[in-house]
Amino acid sequence: MSKYVPTRKNLLKSIEEESNFLSGLTPEKEWLDTPISFRPGNWCHGGKPQVIESLDAPNPRKWSPNDKDWQLPANWQKIIHQGMKDQLDKSRTLKIFMDTCVRCGACADKCHFFLGSGDPKNMPVLRQELIRSIYRKDFTLGGKLLGRLAGAREMTEDVLKEWFMYFHQCTECRRCSVFCPFGIDTAEFTSMARELMHSVGVNINWIMEPASNCNRTGNHLGIEPHTFKQMVESLVEDIEDVTGVTVEPTFNRKGAEILFITPSGDIFADPGVYTMMGYLLLFHHIGLDYTISTYASEGGNFGSFVSHDLTKKLNAKMYHEAERLGVKWILGGECGHMWRVIHQYMDTMNGPADFLEEPVSPITGTKFENARSTKMVHIAEFTADLIKNDRLKLDPRRNNHRTVTFHDSCNPVRAMGMVEEPRYILKNVCNNFHEMPENTIREQTFCCGSGSGLNTNEYMDIRMRGGFPRANAVKHVHDKHKVNLLTAICAIDRVTLKTLMEYWVPGVEVSGLHELVGNALVMEGESERTEDLREDPLEEIEEDEDEDI
Amino acid sequence: MTVEVMERSYEVDENGYLVNLDDWSEDVANELAQDEEIEMTDEHWDIVNFLKDYYQEFQIAPAVKVLTKEIAKKNDIKRKEASAYLYNLFPNGPALQACKIAGLPKPTGCV
Repeated sequence: MSKYVPTRKNLLKSIEEESNFLSGLTPEKEWLDTPISFRPGNWCHGGKPQVIESLDAPNPRKWSPNDKDWQLPANWQKIIHQGMKDQLDKSRTLKIFMDTCVRCGACADKCHFFLGSGDPKNMPVLRQELIRSIYRKDFTLGGKLLGRLAGAREMTEDVLKEWFMYFHQCTECRRCSVFCPFGIDTAEFTSMARELMHSVGVNINWIMEPASNCNRTGNHLGIEPHTFKQMVESLVEDIEDVTGVTVEPTFNRKGAEILFITPSGDIFADPGVYTMMGYLLLFHHIGLDYTISTYASEGGNFGSFVSHDLTKKLNAKMYHEAERLGVKWILGGECGHMWRVIHQYMDTMNGPADFLEEPVSPITGTKFENARSTKMVHIAEFTADLIKNDRLKLDPRRNNHRTVTFHDSCNPVRAMGMVEEPRYILKNVCNNFHEMPENTIREQTFCCGSGSGLNTNEYMDIRMRGGFPRANAVKHVHDKHKVNLLTAICAIDRVTLKTLMEYWVPGVEVSGLHELVGNALVMEGESERTEDLREDPLEEIEEDEDEDI
Repeated sequence: MTVEVMERSYEVDENGYLVNLDDWSEDVANELAQDEEIEMTDEHWDIVNFLKDYYQEFQIAPAVKVLTKEIAKKNDIKRKEASAYLYNLFPNGPALQACKIAGLPKPTGCV
C-alpha cells in the first residue's frame, strides 16, 4: 500500500479517537480560528510549470502546497474578487445558493469525507461557509459593516490554503444536495472555488496533467493515435484467445453510423481493459456499424475539475470529431463525470449538435429520447434496450463464479438518473446479485472517495477516509452474501475502488458492467469458453442444463 | 529533487520519476532501483529494456496487460504466471516501479 496512508487499524483508530465531530470530542476552537495543517497524505502536488504553460493557464511556477510562500501574483486578491463577481453575475444558481442556506444541518452527516474524518469543515454546510464568508465580506452590506459578527471574513492567504485543502476534500459527488431541502449543490461551490484558485495558479498536477494531455492528444493519458490503435488491437488479440472470435473495430472511419467514445482508462488501465473487451464483443455480436476515434479518444473531462472554459474546450472535440466523421450519433461508454458534462452542460456549452441525428438504435429501432438534444447515448441504456428486445444471446452462468454488487457512480446516477438500466443488465448477465443497503445506493450512493481528479497516490490518506462509507457498505454484503465483485460504470471508480477494496475489504474485486456482459455473451462461432475475460477459470456448467440456454 | 549518480545529479519529480528522459543511463537506473529497494538482475533488465523500446515506439508506458502478454510470450508461460512473475520482480507494481527505473513518466488520468 501507499506510504501516504497509515495502516487500516491506525486509520480507524484516528477516526474513532481523535478530536472530531464523530468521536464526541468536539474541537476546542471555532472553525474560523482553527488553522489547517498539511501532513503527508492530505494534499496533492501542485500543477507543474510546463503543464500549466501548455494550457496557457495563469502563474506557471515550481511550487508545492506545503511551501510557506505560494508565489501568488501580487494582485491575487483582486483576481479572486473579480472572478467571484463574474461567476455570480453569470450563474444565477450560485447567487441563490449563496443566499439561501438556513443552516438546518440536513447535509452535515451526508458527506463521505465527513464520515471518514469527523472534520467539521467537511460538513457540506461548513464547506460552503468557506466561500460564503468571503462572499459576505465582498458582496453584502451586512458583511461589509459587521464583519465577523455577520459571518464575514477577509480573503487572506490562509483562507486560500483552507480552500485548497477543503475544496479538494470534496469530490463534487452531490450526495449532500440530495438531502438539502433547498437543493443547494455543494459541487457548484467546489467548482467555483477550484476555478478561482486556478485563476491565481493554485491547482493540482493530477488534474492539470490529464487536462493538458487531453488538450494535446485527445485523451488524459496522452496516448498518441498509433499507440491507441496498438492498445485496442492488443485487446482484440486477447479476445480471440479467450473466445476464439475475431472482432474487427475500425478507427476514424468516415461514414460509420455511430462514433463510440469511452474513457482512455478503458484502453489502458486494469481492470478497465476488460470492460473495453466487453464493449468490443457486444458490438461484434450485434453487427454494429461503429467506429472509434484516435482523436476523440477520451470520454472523461478533467477540464470539468478546473474551469468552465477548459470543460468546454475538451468536451467540444467529441462533437467536432462526430461532425468530421459524418456519423449519425455518439455512443458513450462507462464514464462517470463525462455524463455530467454531457447531460447538464453540453447543450449550452457546445450545443446544440444539430449536425447529428436524434439517436435511434439501429438494432431495435428504439428512439433514445433522453439523448434527443445531446445526441449521445449511454451504453447502459443502449444495452438494456437490446436485452429488453431480446437481441442478445446471453448465458449468465458464465458469471456464476462472481457474486456481484453494484456501486452507483455519482455522476451517472445523480446527474442523469442512470439507475435502473445497469441493474437490469446485471440481472440478465449474472445469477448472483445483491444490493448494498438502501441508503448507500441509487441517488443516495456513496462516492468512491477519489473522484473529481483526486485519484492520486500522494492523497491516499484522504482517499481511504473518503471511501470508508462506500467500503463499509461493500463489507456488509461481502460478509452477508459473500459478494466478491463490485461493479461500477465509471473509469475512476474502476481504478480507485480497486485500491479501496484492497485496503478496507480484501477479497472483493472490481469490474465494469460490460465486462460481465462480455463474459455472458454467446458469440457466433466461439470456441468453448473455459475462462472469463480475465482468464479466470469459469465454474463448471452442468451438461443437462446446457439445453436451457 | 535530484538523484546523485557518480557525482552528477539528475532532476526527478516529487514522485521520484526522472524529469528528463535523456538523463537515463544504466547507472541512473541502478540508482533509481536502489531507491525502490530492488536489486537489478537480468530478468529485471529484460523488462526495463522492453519498456524503453515500447516507449521509443509509442511514447507512453505499455498497459499492464500488454506488458504481461509480452513477458508470457518471451518466457513461454501463461499470462497469469507472467503477472505473478512481474509482481515478483517489482513487488509494488510493474507500472510504478519498472517504469520509474526505465526512466518513463508516470501515466495520468483514470488510472
